[in-house]
Amino acid sequence: MDAIDEIVAEFLVESHENLDQLDRDLLALEQNPGSRELLASVFRTIHTIKGTSGFLAFHKLEKLTHVGENLLSRLRDGRIELNDDRATSLLKMVDAVRGLLAAIEATGAEGDADHSELIATLSALLEDGAAPAAAPAPAAEQPAEQAADAEVTAQAEPVAAAEAADAEHTDAEQTDAEHAGDEHDDHAAAEHADDEAGEHADPAVAGAPAAQATAAAGGGSTSSVATATKAKTPAEPAAVPAQGAPPIGEVLVTAGAATKDAVTVARMEQGLGDNRPLGSILVDHGAVTPAAVEHALEAQSGHRSVVDSSVRVDVELLDSLMRLVGELVLARNQLVSRLDDAKDASKDSSLARSAQRLSLVTSELQEQVMKTRMQPVDSVWSKMPRVVRDLAKTCGRLVRLEMDGRETELDRSVLEAIKDPLTHLVRNAVDHGIEPPDVRKAAGKPVEGVLRLRAYHEAGQVHLEIIDDGAGIDPQRIAAKALERGLISQAQLATMTSREIMHMIFLPGFSTMAAVTNVSGRGVGMDVVKTRIEGIGGSVDVSSKIGQGSTFRLTIPLTLAIIPALTIGCAQRRYAVPQVSVLELVRLNGEHARGGIELISGAPVYRLRDMLLPLVRLDEQLGLVPMGAADADGVVADESRGGFIVVLHAEQQRFGLVVDDVLDTQEIVVKPLGRHLKGIPVYAGATILGDGSVVLILDAATLARRSNVLNNSAGLAAADTADEAEVLDPVLVVEVAGDRRAAIPLEMVTRLEEIPSASIEHVGGREVVQYRGHIMPLVRLSTLLGAYGSEGGGEGVQLVVYTRGERSVGFVVERILDIASERIGTRSDIDDHALVGSVVIGDKVVELLDVESAVLAADPNFYTVAASTDTAYEEALA
Amino acid sequence: MSQLSTFVVGKYLFGVDVSLVQEVVRLQSITPVPLAAPAIAGLINLRGEVLTAIDLRVRMGMTRSTSERDPVNVVIRVDDEPVSLLVDEIGGVLEVSQVPFEQTPSTVDERVREMLLGAYTLPDRLLLALNAQRVLALAEDARAA
Repeated sequence: MDAIDEIVAEFLVESHENLDQLDRDLLALEQNPGSRELLASVFRTIHTIKGTSGFLAFHKLEKLTHVGENLLSRLRDGRIELNDDRATSLLKMVDAVRGLLAAIEATGAEGDADHSELIATLSALLEDGAAPAAAPAPAAEQPAEQAADAEVTAQAEPVAAAEAADAEHTDAEQTDAEHAGDEHDDHAAAEHADDEAGEHADPAVAGAPAAQATAAAGGGSTSSVATATKAKTPAEPAAVPAQGAPPIGEVLVTAGAATKDAVTVARMEQGLGDNRPLGSILVDHGAVTPAAVEHALEAQSGHRSVVDSSVRVDVELLDSLMRLVGELVLARNQLVSRLDDAKDASKDSSLARSAQRLSLVTSELQEQVMKTRMQPVDSVWSKMPRVVRDLAKTCGRLVRLEMDGRETELDRSVLEAIKDPLTHLVRNAVDHGIEPPDVRKAAGKPVEGVLRLRAYHEAGQVHLEIIDDGAGIDPQRIAAKALERGLISQAQLATMTSREIMHMIFLPGFSTMAAVTNVSGRGVGMDVVKTRIEGIGGSVDVSSKIGQGSTFRLTIPLTLAIIPALTIGCAQRRYAVPQVSVLELVRLNGEHARGGIELISGAPVYRLRDMLLPLVRLDEQLGLVPMGAADADGVVADESRGGFIVVLHAEQQRFGLVVDDVLDTQEIVVKPLGRHLKGIPVYAGATILGDGSVVLILDAATLARRSNVLNNSAGLAAADTADEAEVLDPVLVVEVAGDRRAAIPLEMVTRLEEIPSASIEHVGGREVVQYRGHIMPLVRLSTLLGAYGSEGGGEGVQLVVYTRGERSVGFVVERILDIASERIGTRSDIDDHALVGSVVIGDKVVELLDVESAVLAADPNFYTVAASTDTAYEEALA
Repeated sequence: MSQLSTFVVGKYLFGVDVSLVQEVVRLQSITPVPLAAPAIAGLINLRGEVLTAIDLRVRMGMTRSTSERDPVNVVIRVDDEPVSLLVDEIGGVLEVSQVPFEQTPSTVDERVREMLLGAYTLPDRLLLALNAQRVLALAEDARAA
């Protein structure tokens, strides 16, 4: 059956649908002969079948439908009337078409059925009055003949096929098959194939020419190639059951139609050179009736036809089915968690069993529904040969495209999302990767470059690789380019590994081509590839060997709708982290607890098996505690507090997320956030847990990026480009204490004040001052930044006031020095709290103050209640 | 707009076009969203759908509610996305076609004024008609700088 081309399978599915419609239309037409609408519909249907059959070189079908079409067009145009005869003949034509289609489906060829009578009748009916006399007679005979024809075809074909096959060959295999006995698997398939060769028109033989013809026809037209991809799935299920079917003899014996001995005798005759199918021999021997053989053949083929085994379903219906299953998963989780809670109190075992069963069924249902949304990656790949061919021509390259793992399946939403990035990578490989033939020749490589696409499943993810054997990517060229574009500094470059350098090709504004060719610049760049892939929770990696080629590796989740996630606790709230980002969990407990966290210039790290793991505190990242406040004095505060480090990986880097608690792992349904929250990249969405509470899903890559923990080129450079807008922003340079200097963005400075030290009052352990009729909290930058000494030794205290709405915070500084423009010197990213980084201004290192965290240090509620009135604020302070 | 669904926030009686109101529910569980704008109270679970809840008190420049009672969620649907507005108390639906309508006085704080269509002068009190679109147009800049 696999010889049936995809295109033909698609054609069959479509035609059968059309024929059913045709039947209904013709019947309706009889009731309402004048309906132009119905006639037009019928005409279109036949026209479609005719067109496709001509294209696929099914000439009988074409001929038959052509006559039908002629008749219909006359009817449609009102030149002749639809009478009984015409309707009957048309219906007969539909039947004949169906017969031909069935033959095509079974054997790959149209068979020997003769439709000349029917064609004659139809032609005769073209003219008014000419038909009635001649038509009825043949028409009446037609059904019988038709049936006989069909039978003859069924009988005649196998004989022809068997005769065509080499006699010796058949013998040998037949004997082999016998010896194979009960061995299954490969043998079973072989045996079946043999039996079929003998008993039935062997699809492999009979179908081959037709399939070839189709393939040739298909190659010539792009439109057919495009439509063929969809047909792959329907064709497969049909092919599978046929493989494992038992040999015909066995079927007959099992059915009780023939004795075992009779079959053995027949087999032996076959072995002795009788080329006839087993069934025919048995019939000859009188061991079985022809009908029984027919029956057994049907049973043997066992598979349902292409048409019966596939149903077209609206994608929207699948989506809504998926949503419903999502809800069911939620309800299941809810029930299970309730049962767990109640376990000790009341041990209702039957309820527990039902719940267990429900749980299993739900999981299975989820899996199956997810499968319905799966499509082979080939549906995207199938467009690649054309892309490669065209592009190779344009660029003057010789490229051979190889594809491994076409059948690898992905959720359709994922497929949709990877289409453009994949196309871009393929184009990129042809355009930038594979060298022109002369260059390749000079390098001693085959003139023809090879582009390989690989897809495979691993660890619940899909891996897609785009591999070329081209020139490879030169890290030095990348580095030079990045420097030229100002994406990184020389100092940064010095610390980068070649892998990090390589990853810079994914930075926005990076292109290694000196000139933008007409191939690139289609709106998708490498940075977009990365963003898109990460947008669906995947990742992109690149590796390359100069002169040998490059490999782009995409790692993509199977589906987007339901994902396993780790639930964690932080500041009395729960959050979910997608399991794909989680590498391991480290528990901080006992004496060490958080004392195990060390600080390197203010940045917390943890020694994990002798490797330093940079840490990110979730509570700080979410602004729940002031940034770095706990670590301000160089010691980790709350040492004895327990907690967990969730080791995450994002963008090929590891980092640890410090959380209070790790709760459990469960399947969660990702719900999108409303538009008010879409702009907060830390959240990938929300989900509803078993107890009905809403939990935010954290995005590992964003967390890493936000905290700048990814000490790689991409992280640093991205931060730099992001800061581009504020590069020219002037900053206020102040002296903190001792000799330390800090810079505050001038736009954050509302006012500079000098107040007498005596006016500073203490409220609840905080320093405040009455300022413009309100109470303003103060924060000493020396304390915040962990500097030695303290400001305000004299009578006056210098304040930098930051006001937002009606609320203000005063930063106490030693001295106001200057206003300068940032980026005067080099900027380095010291990962210190309350600091964004440092810059060199007038040969002094000046730390850039992170105003937000400094403000939060003075007033944790500053932003959350910013909109409220200050009466509220004073209440809060009191 | 002749029928308004009314609710009390602080000292004021607000109303929103009844056709926008999907439902009114009292829900206790709100998941706060760190880093979101102050007026965003958090997320609620409305029969399996996750909705954003906006604290109308904060949005209108008032203090957060200190009430022990569960907040009332007025779920309105604007631009095909349901959003919950947290209010203190729900009122009835009022027919206002016969009630005199005034422009919002210019003395009202501008940030609040732009969220109002105007005021209906009921015999005993003012009914402030909300411009739902504007109420939901929480500027991105509201996020902590």
